[in-house]
Amino acid sequence: MSVVLVDAGGTNIGSVRYALQRLGVEAALTSDAAAIRAADKVILPGVGAAGPGMARLRELGLVELMRSLTQPVLGVCLGMQLLCERSEEGDTECLGVVPATVRRFVERPGLRVPHMGWNRLRQQQEHPLLDGLGEQDWAYFVHSYAVPVGEYTLATTDYDGDFASVIAAGNFHGMQFHPERSARVGARLLKNFLDL
Amino acid sequence: MLSRRIIPCLDVRDGKVVKGVRFRDHVVMGEIVELALRYRDEGADELVFYDITASPEGRSVDRGWVERVARVIDIPFCVAGGIRSVQEARAVLHAGADKISVNSPALERPELIDELAAAFGVQCVVVGVDSLRDADGEWRVRQYTGDPSRTQALPRRSLDWVAEAQRRGAGEIVLNCMGSDGVRQGYDLEQLAAVRAICRVPLIASGGAGAIEHFRDAFAEADVDGALAASVFHSGAIAIPALKQALAASGVTVRRG
Repeated sequence: MSVVLVDAGGTNIGSVRYALQRLGVEAALTSDAAAIRAADKVILPGVGAAGPGMARLRELGLVELMRSLTQPVLGVCLGMQLLCERSEEGDTECLGVVPATVRRFVERPGLRVPHMGWNRLRQQQEHPLLDGLGEQDWAYFVHSYAVPVGEYTLATTDYDGDFASVIAAGNFHGMQFHPERSARVGARLLKNFLDL
Repeated sequence: MLSRRIIPCLDVRDGKVVKGVRFRDHVVMGEIVELALRYRDEGADELVFYDITASPEGRSVDRGWVERVARVIDIPFCVAGGIRSVQEARAVLHAGADKISVNSPALERPELIDELAAAFGVQCVVVGVDSLRDADGEWRVRQYTGDPSRTQALPRRSLDWVAEAQRRGAGEIVLNCMGSDGVRQGYDLEQLAAVRAICRVPLIASGGAGAIEHFRDAFAEADVDGALAASVFHSGAIAIPALKQALAASGVTVRRG
C-alpha cells in the first residue's frame, strides 16, 4: 500500500510520519501531483493557519488535484479544516469537498482559546474509521477554529458545545485532533484509515 | 469536556535528564527517551523538555534527542531551551516537537513571540515565565535561571509580562513559581490565581508539587489547565495513575485509560 503525506508546509508532518512508521507504513512526503494521484491513501496534515495553508496548495498547483481525488483522503487538524468550503480564519476559501464553514471558538471567561488538551470523542455514526473507539476515549486537540456539526459528522467533541471532531464526506475524511499525538486511541484511528 | 493535564517536566543537560533544587545543584535522573516512554506508559498527558543550559550558554536546543523522542512518543511534547529565532524554532518543530517554549530569549527580544506566532500559529508558542516575589511584595520575572551564576532579576512585573506575552501571541503560559520550586510544599496558589485572572490562554502551574493534594489545589483553587512537576515523578514519590485516580475522585476531569 502506498501512502503519501501532502507537503503543505505543516510543522506536524514529521510527527504524522513517525506515527505511520509505528504502524509499519513508510509514507512519502510529496507535493508532486502524479505521486499524490497514484497513492492508495492521501494524508493532508497541517498545523498553522488556513490562509497560508491554501496559498501553499495553490502555489503547488494542488487545489484542483486534491478536489478530484477518489481514493481515501484524511485531513488532520488544519488539514481537516481545509477540506471544508470556507474558513473564518482570514476568510479563506478552502477545498470545498465537505459542505461546512469553519468557525472560530468564541472566547469568554472560563473558555480558553486555543482549545488545547485532551478531550472526549463521542461517536455519532457507525463508520469503519471509528472501529474500536470506546465511549470514554480521549484525543489530543490544539486548535482555535472548528467545523460545526453536520451530516458529515462521525464523532463530536464538547468544548462549550459540540463541534465535529471526526468527519467523512464520500472519500474525504477529517480528524480535528492529532491522531499522531493521541496515544493508543490515535494509533487505532490512523490504522482504521489505512485499512479503509 | 477538556481534561486537566498532568505534565512531567524533564530538565535536559548534556543529553541527560537532571533535577536540581531551587534550580541549582543538578543530579542526573536518567536517559531522555527511557523516561519519556515511562511517563507515556503511566498516563502523562504531555511532556516538557527544558534544555536548561542552552540559553545561558547562548546556544539552541540539541535537535538529535528531539527527533529520537518524536519517533517513539505518541503524546504531545514541548521543547524549550535557547530558541531565539523562527529558524531555530522551525528546526525543533520539524524534528517532531509539537510546541516550543521560549523564556529568556523572549525577555531579551519580546518581538520573538510575535514572529513565532505569525510563523507557526499561537498553538505552537508557549511562553515560560520564571517568577519570584521581591521584598516589596511584587512578583517579578527572572532571566537565565538555568545557570545560577547568570540568573538576573528584571524590573518587569510578572503580571505585566504575562499580559504582554498573550498580546504578542503566546498560546500558553507556563508559570514557574521559583519561590516554591523544588521544595515540595505546594504550588504558589496565590500567584497562580493572580495570573489566572488575567490569562485567557491555557495556564500551566510549575514549581512546588510535593503531594497529590497540591495538584488538586492548583486545579480547584487556581483553575489552571495543567500542572507540571519533575522531582515527585522522577523519584517515584507520586505515581501518575494514583494521582489521576485521586484527582478524578475529587471531581477534577482527567484523562484515564
